[in-house]
Amino acid sequence: MSTRDLSGHEDIEIDATLNGKPLKRRVKARQHLADFLRQELELTGTHLGCEHGICGACTVLIDGRTARGCLTLAAQISGKSVETVEGLTENGMLAELQKEFIERNAAQCGFCSSGMLLTAHELLSSGDSLSRADIRKGMSGNMCRCTGYHAIIDAVEAVMTTRARR
Amino acid sequence: MSHSASQATGIGARIPRRELKRLLSGHGRYIDDIKLPRMLHAYFVRSPHPHARIASVDIEAARRAPGVAAVLIASDINSRCEPFVGVALHRPGHRSAPQRLLAADRAVWQGQPVAVVIADSRAEAEDAAELVSIDWQPLPVVGDQLQAIAPGAPTIHPELADNVAFDFLLEKGEPAKAFAEADLVIEEELRFERQMAMTLEARGLIADFDPSDGTLTVIHAHQSPFQMQDVFSRHLHIPEHKVRVTAPDIGGAFGMKLNIYSDEMATVVASMMLGRPVKFCADRLESFVSDAQARDHRIKCRIALKKTGEILAMEMDDIGAVGAYGMPLRFNVAEGMMAITIMGAPYSFENYKARTRSVYVNKNLIGMYRGVGMPLACIATELLTDLAADKLGIDTVEFKRRTYRPKSSLPCVTPGGQRLETVSFHECLEKLVAMIDYDALRKEQSEMGKRGVYRGIGIATFCEQTAYGPPYYGPSGAPISTQDGCTLRLEPSGSVRCITSLTDQGQGTLTSVAQIVADSLGISIDQVSVSGGDSSISPYGGGAWASRGTAVGGEAALRAGEMLKQNILALAGTITQTPTHALDIVEGQVVNIRTGQPVISLAEVGRIGYFRQDTLPRDYDTQLSVSASFVANDKLYYMANGVQASYVEVDYDTGFIKILGQWAVDDCGRVINPLLVEEQVRGGIVQGIGAVLFEECVYSEDANLLNGTMADYLVPMSNEMPDIVVAHVETPETSTKLGAKGIGEAGLIGAMGSVWVAVNDALKPLGAKVLHQPFTPERVLDAIARARDSKRDGQVQRGD
Amino acid sequence: MKSRNFRYIRPASLAHAYQILTEANGEAVPVAGGQSLLAGLNMRLSAPKLLVDIGDLRELMHQSHLGGIVRLGALTRHGDLLRSELVRQHLPLLTQAAPHIGHIAIRNRGTLGGSLAYADPAAELPACAVALGATLVLGSSAGEREVKAEDFFKGLFETDLRPAELIVAVKFPVVQPGMAAGFAELSRRHGDFAMVGLAAIVSMQRDRIDSARLVYLGCIDRAKVAHAVSAAVVGLRAPLAVSASFDEAIGQDLAPDDTPEMRGDTKLHLAKVLTRRVLNGLAERAAA
Repeated sequence: MSTRDLSGHEDIEIDATLNGKPLKRRVKARQHLADFLRQELELTGTHLGCEHGICGACTVLIDGRTARGCLTLAAQISGKSVETVEGLTENGMLAELQKEFIERNAAQCGFCSSGMLLTAHELLSSGDSLSRADIRKGMSGNMCRCTGYHAIIDAVEAVMTTRARR
Repeated sequence: MSHSASQATGIGARIPRRELKRLLSGHGRYIDDIKLPRMLHAYFVRSPHPHARIASVDIEAARRAPGVAAVLIASDINSRCEPFVGVALHRPGHRSAPQRLLAADRAVWQGQPVAVVIADSRAEAEDAAELVSIDWQPLPVVGDQLQAIAPGAPTIHPELADNVAFDFLLEKGEPAKAFAEADLVIEEELRFERQMAMTLEARGLIADFDPSDGTLTVIHAHQSPFQMQDVFSRHLHIPEHKVRVTAPDIGGAFGMKLNIYSDEMATVVASMMLGRPVKFCADRLESFVSDAQARDHRIKCRIALKKTGEILAMEMDDIGAVGAYGMPLRFNVAEGMMAITIMGAPYSFENYKARTRSVYVNKNLIGMYRGVGMPLACIATELLTDLAADKLGIDTVEFKRRTYRPKSSLPCVTPGGQRLETVSFHECLEKLVAMIDYDALRKEQSEMGKRGVYRGIGIATFCEQTAYGPPYYGPSGAPISTQDGCTLRLEPSGSVRCITSLTDQGQGTLTSVAQIVADSLGISIDQVSVSGGDSSISPYGGGAWASRGTAVGGEAALRAGEMLKQNILALAGTITQTPTHALDIVEGQVVNIRTGQPVISLAEVGRIGYFRQDTLPRDYDTQLSVSASFVANDKLYYMANGVQASYVEVDYDTGFIKILGQWAVDDCGRVINPLLVEEQVRGGIVQGIGAVLFEECVYSEDANLLNGTMADYLVPMSNEMPDIVVAHVETPETSTKLGAKGIGEAGLIGAMGSVWVAVNDALKPLGAKVLHQPFTPERVLDAIARARDSKRDGQVQRGD
Repeated sequence: MKSRNFRYIRPASLAHAYQILTEANGEAVPVAGGQSLLAGLNMRLSAPKLLVDIGDLRELMHQSHLGGIVRLGALTRHGDLLRSELVRQHLPLLTQAAPHIGHIAIRNRGTLGGSLAYADPAAELPACAVALGATLVLGSSAGEREVKAEDFFKGLFETDLRPAELIVAVKFPVVQPGMAAGFAELSRRHGDFAMVGLAAIVSMQRDRIDSARLVYLGCIDRAKVAHAVSAAVVGLRAPLAVSASFDEAIGQDLAPDDTPEMRGDTKLHLAKVLTRRVLNGLAERAAA
């Protein structure tokens, strides 16, 4: 039987998919995913608002589902697929939401927006019809200090309605 | 005038902000996104004690830690910066101890920086900071304002006689007589806990001092690069023209990023000492103990009326705990002064007495935060008048109709000293009443009440001082400029570049300016680019804060636009041999006014004006780049107004409060972009709701912050917030061409008033009042219990 | 804040994980969803030397329904609980409680095992596990053992987990026909930690309570059956009136401490209100 590692390392080789492309990197064990994206890969669209998992500014998608980038280690994404606001913009997945956000000024300083967009994207991806109250509940893990949420809820509702009509 | 395309994107157009495409695709460039070559990172070691002597500081182990470039303490850096004394010169008796960069032998607030570690990365700086060893000797703590003024209280700053920073009395008419003669006096004691702006992006800056030429460049998440250019120059002894401050994208500001912070100043000094860029971005835990805070007041207030509802007098006694030092420039007396001077402003009355005291406590500094003291004035006024109306058996809306200052009384000066000129109290009220269907709402409230569901309606009107002018800051001695300016340049290809002194933290000032420029030039907004927030490039200015950006910077843009238009037409006239007065610019073309025919394109004017001056008359002076500034020399502010309504439900068993609906009617003068105005109002409203229902810095008796995380400081999230309806009334400011006033703070001010009144309205059936903000479930339940106990015990309630 | 330095390892199997934990002799912590652990690490509240990432171990993901027991692997994510038809049918208490656990992003990552191991007295799942009479399957290099949920939670953030031991799975007896599950919590904002919450398994005979198993969250130091009040409500008819014996019983079970945010007596009052509302709600549902 081969001797297995029992003590771990401070630097880890990861093999993941990022925004649809292969990502092979050496990451620091201590670095969380949001910092890894921002500092090492210079994808600064994911933001840090608290680093304790409350505000949602660091939201990314891991295997298609939202996750807090600050509560995930970079090392944990090995074998997984990660998507950020940049990738989802490039592949057009956020286009409808972005259009509705812009029309309604559902973003002011923009710091919460990547989190809002990704959370809305996941919320709507089930295809279920959601009440306005459901949307408010679904978005309630993303803090915004500028808009008061009304325009954001309007924007999400508008996309849902458009998709339902199709 | 301008036609379709420019009208569609000009003044009054409801158009989206151009910045949003960039911001929504993850291409925002906020301070922590920016890297400079050889940049280092700062992390501050802060006092864990609200008040303690520093017996010794050992930084040797930290210095040797991996990645560390330097560890600096008070003896290293304090002498390199002129101390700050946060005192307003025109407020007699206002005093503060001088504040230096790092605490030397004593820390006077929990969070005060004591040492700074500069390292290759933030993580390494934090690792090294753990190795800094400080020998603390805790000292007696002054925890709140009552402790601060209690006889025998420890004096936080021995060089000051006591803990009182400022004590101001105001009296108008004969208030004592009025109270004595009143049919009804209502008196209440209001408490406001400490709150915070809690911008989603915390504070930050990158200081880049180049020792080779002695220039300082600071990329600063700050609302006023010009203020900071002055501060850095003055306090660090760098010639002003060698200081450049630029603002990147900023993740929310709300006044908090207007203050002066010793940790930010220390970061600049570190860069000067090391000759390398140094970045400091506060993280959330730090922000709790270092961002300027707000509110923290105890207010006694009362109102005297005749039984007809005529208001005879008002009185307010305010005491605010402003932290350990006076906030430099953005003086902490502002909250108290605004509270006492704006109280009662919308209402007709003559007799007034007020006092405000600002006192020092061993806590973080109070600074600017949206609304400042205006919400306090609104709450006190609206609560007292609502309770009075109720006691007199007059419907609250009817009471307001009778007692608001009518338009015929304007202009006037209120007993608190407020100048009201173009306000519209009645007009806004009527619009609101219709919008909410007030009678139907009262009916529903009554019916639900019979079923044991307790709803409340609160209507609150407010005055908002917007766009302060030189008379406001000038006499204080603070080098705060209230002018803004704009450089407009016709590009050779015919588009227009605007460089404004304004900043934009999401309000949309840059888009508003683009609309104004487009409108004044007769071109589409797509032909205009706007950049701002660079102290070295634009005309000198103020920036976006205190609800002033569009009103002042917009006026400058309008004037610059008109100037540039004249110059373009003059050149077009010269090129085409047409008199200037016969020409206009319509949809990007210079046209003959009489025939309507295009005569020459802007692109052609630009081409000739920049590349073919050889075809122009010898002495023709081409000026296709103009600058204009604007300031209203004699204006304290443009007074704006609005009114809001809240419809709430209070669960008597749990003390939980639900906001069922919120409506606002706002008069901010001429509306440049209704979409942006509405969204500013909505955002402000939710901050206001947060203030009344959720937000609080909780301290132990000895001033230890107990809830310094986002899990425990409750910022409103989408689930608990209502839909918000906003409508406009436009009474233009008459002293400017643009006619715009400010709107930035209105949402918060009005909502705080309307929610306070609505919740207390819902408690009227029990005779209960909740007067301690935020209205936690416990405070509501306690209020209900007190009312039930006093009913049971047959006690006479206050105000009867 | 940035976390302190540590080593990281992703074990190839459960057995490997046990080996690592045993070898580390108390200096390693397992991380599954990481939603609680990483927040603490970011705040430098702890200083583990080694993080053992068990988040992808297939052995901890099995779900089965056999002989009246639903067995959920420790790595069952909260979001899975919410969406699971198996859970909805047989463990409706969990379906009711899961939407209260944080927010969507937290539920996508947070795990059943993680929540039970962390044993936050304000958390939903420990209370539900006790209310449902669940049994935890615990494993280590020494083998597996089973502990009843009501014996597992020993004190404030304190469980029966031994060093180098992991929660492998949780066995839930299905909620029997005739039993109703009720869950409610009071929190300032949706997704916040509960101020007061109640997980209840109750049987009713029309409007009369036949049996009750009530477990509170947010009021005491750990999840445990509130025996006095569970007994006191038996025989009562909904809607429950305010009664001295009920008050006395609940006062026996719950003696919440004063905290800066809320006094103990306020919390107790809210617990009473919530209890009446949950039980009345179950009665209304039973009548419908």
